Amino acid sequence: MSYSAPTKQMQFLLDHVVGMADVAALPGYEDATPDIVAAILEEAGKFASEVLAPLNWEGDQQGAKWSEEGVTTPDGWKEAYTQFAEAGWNGLAFSPEHGGQGMPGLLSAAVQEMWHSSNMAFGLCPLLTQGAVHAIASHATDELKQAYLEKMVSGLWTGTMNLTEPQAGSDLAAVRATATPEGDHYLVKGQKIFITYGDHDMTENTIHLVLARTPDAPEGVKGISLFVVPKFLLNADGTPGARNDARCVSIEHKLGIHASPTCVMSFGDNEGAVGYLVGEENRGLMYMFTMMNEARLAVGIEGYAVAEMAYQRALAFARDRKQGPVLLGQDTDVTGIVNHPDVRRMLMTMRSQIEVARVMAYDCAAAFDFAGHHADAEVREKFKRRGELLTPIVKGWSTEVGVELCSLGVQIHGGMGFIEETGAAQHLRDSRITPIYEGTTGIQANDLLGRKTMYDGGQGVDELLADMRITQDALAASGNPDAAAANLALTISIDQISNVSQLLLKEENPAVAAAAASDYLMLMGYATGSWAMSRVVLATEQLEDKAFASLQLALAKFYFDKIAPHAGAHFLAIENGQADYYQIDQAIL
Amino acid sequence: MKILVAVKRVLDYNVKARVNAEGTGIDLANVKMSMNPFDEIAVEEALRIKEAGKADEIIVVSMGVSQSQETIRTALAMGADRGILVESDDELQPLAVAKLLAAIAKREEPGLVIVGKQAIDDDSNQTGQMFAALMDWPQATFASSVDVDGDKMKVTREVDGGLETIEVSLPALITTDLRLNEPRYAKLPNIMKAKKKQLDVITPAELEVDTTSKLKVVKVEEPEQRKAGEIVGSVAELVDKLKNEAKVI
Repeated sequence: MSYSAPTKQMQFLLDHVVGMADVAALPGYEDATPDIVAAILEEAGKFASEVLAPLNWEGDQQGAKWSEEGVTTPDGWKEAYTQFAEAGWNGLAFSPEHGGQGMPGLLSAAVQEMWHSSNMAFGLCPLLTQGAVHAIASHATDELKQAYLEKMVSGLWTGTMNLTEPQAGSDLAAVRATATPEGDHYLVKGQKIFITYGDHDMTENTIHLVLARTPDAPEGVKGISLFVVPKFLLNADGTPGARNDARCVSIEHKLGIHASPTCVMSFGDNEGAVGYLVGEENRGLMYMFTMMNEARLAVGIEGYAVAEMAYQRALAFARDRKQGPVLLGQDTDVTGIVNHPDVRRMLMTMRSQIEVARVMAYDCAAAFDFAGHHADAEVREKFKRRGELLTPIVKGWSTEVGVELCSLGVQIHGGMGFIEETGAAQHLRDSRITPIYEGTTGIQANDLLGRKTMYDGGQGVDELLADMRITQDALAASGNPDAAAANLALTISIDQISNVSQLLLKEENPAVAAAAASDYLMLMGYATGSWAMSRVVLATEQLEDKAFASLQLALAKFYFDKIAPHAGAHFLAIENGQADYYQIDQAIL
Repeated sequence: MKILVAVKRVLDYNVKARVNAEGTGIDLANVKMSMNPFDEIAVEEALRIKEAGKADEIIVVSMGVSQSQETIRTALAMGADRGILVESDDELQPLAVAKLLAAIAKREEPGLVIVGKQAIDDDSNQTGQMFAALMDWPQATFASSVDVDGDKMKVTREVDGGLETIEVSLPALITTDLRLNEPRYAKLPNIMKAKKKQLDVITPAELEVDTTSKLKVVKVEEPEQRKAGEIVGSVAELVDKLKNEAKVI
């Protein structure tokens, strides 16, 4: 089963729903013209389906392997990575200053989906490099930038993010790794876990970004600094030289993403790992947060990207697998199960929510493009708020839903779905990590409710509602019956968001509000989904391809009728009041 | 030396072709179109000859609708230097294409013209041969290996029952077979550069070529559906059926 990049669908959403043209009009994005965007989607799609997708299953079965000498990736991985870097894909959205192509994040969102759909375990490697590049580009000295950036942007070297320690997961205040100053550098000591691509055999060097404490650092999150720790120290001419004291001591055995090595990293077992401070001491966590939004958006994209592959596989199976005649009519011939109503329901459930998730991720990426490039500071601020509001929704909702959809992908296959060789199960296994890493859904929910809603007194949410009402007006003005139906659904969604936000803003007990956070997150996902689909309905009016337009309308209608009502359940759950969970002794649970 | 490569915009090889409702051709409405795979091989071979220092410029030519510019851009993104589209909304049959290509070859005076052995839409396998005849050039068709050496060229051809190696003098025509090479993927910086490369759009009239079709398509039909098999009870029954029903023995 090969992957086929949904370029037509992507192009429609980019051009007619999210507004690629507006992003391309921003200073610095002049090169993102329609023909370039189309060519990039086309060629990236080709690369994903012809180079990455064929390695996906073998990679899963073989997995990454650990030995004293280091981690070995599955057969074909190194060659594919070399091709990926040589083709320049790693540098798509990085600044031309460091050798990137400077394309908008919006386009990058579409392209990243292809890497993750075709081969999520592979796509994780450039995802992590991206975070490391941004940390260095935004906060490191010119000297560090010169030494590392160009080679990481080109993909010649990869990057890793070393945050987690056994006792410090979601709570980074508990980080214990240390960094002791010595001359022009620091000696880093400590153990890090869950380090994606912490070691591998695909490139000549790996650049670790490590959170650690300096000797006199204050307790808690205010005492954490960020360090660049290369696997190989650099020679005077910038090439990799002596081995640094940073090693992968084992890799994890996981439910999914088997080909992506998840490393236990040990820094400074012997003489101490040479590290270079990024920015100033004690500001490491803040530096990490500047790239957190982007990494979370990227994982949100993974959520629906894997579901897209699960959908393509399930659809192909449903067309091919013949069981029983159609329910109505005289025909007694057995038919493809795609013609059975419940299978249709599952396929539409998958496709409509993938579409909504895609629009949300594009909106979020476009918001950060505006926030970074718009000429007007006020507009930049507004879009920064929008991007930050959407990030936990994209990360939380799209990955939770993504797992559900991958499970439906298995379901459509019936018994065959439970058989590993079919391939559907791998998507479910792979997708399961997405609601966990880069901040669990619970963390996203707290972020959305606390930092992104209550902290600014609901300003970001109000701005979102204002934009939703503009769409409402456009639906009302349209006069076509599909727009009228969309308006009904959108009106309900607007009321739900508005009422629930007001209700939660009034809540004074943070523990009680936190108990509602997860319902709030899911409600925001389903309800902003109605907004996404309303814009899809409006956009179909510009389409000449009538068959494609009718598909979009059918997906929108399905979403309004069958999926958006989920928001109502979460609404009720919040309206019913929050139990004070501290009233129950955990011992009796 | 200049190399001229002809590329055709065709139904993507992954798309299942469907006959249109009128039965006059393949339904091309809203389906994915791509470069003919044999032509990708032709572009790749030209690039390799240039990279070996045996050519200076690669010109990519296409004939057909305006969207064929995308196909030319794909070749430019792979590394070709400039493009020419002979734009026409009319159906262009192999002879018309060969004449147009000949008119361009007379203008550009390439040392080598490379085309795919056939396009996967109509499978004609005629354009290259007609072009060589019109130009009175040597032709090396179904190439699986090409070695340019000064004003001569050794080409291995895939023929029935084996391989044939011939030597031709330049200028000459090559048509590419499947095993000649594996086309490269376009690199991102080259995709961006391709936009800035020269792409001229001209018309058949400018080349003074009459593109009127000489052949008329009478009917296009889907192949007959394969019928279900049958398990026979004995060898005798099988022989009987082969003799009397299938009438093959």
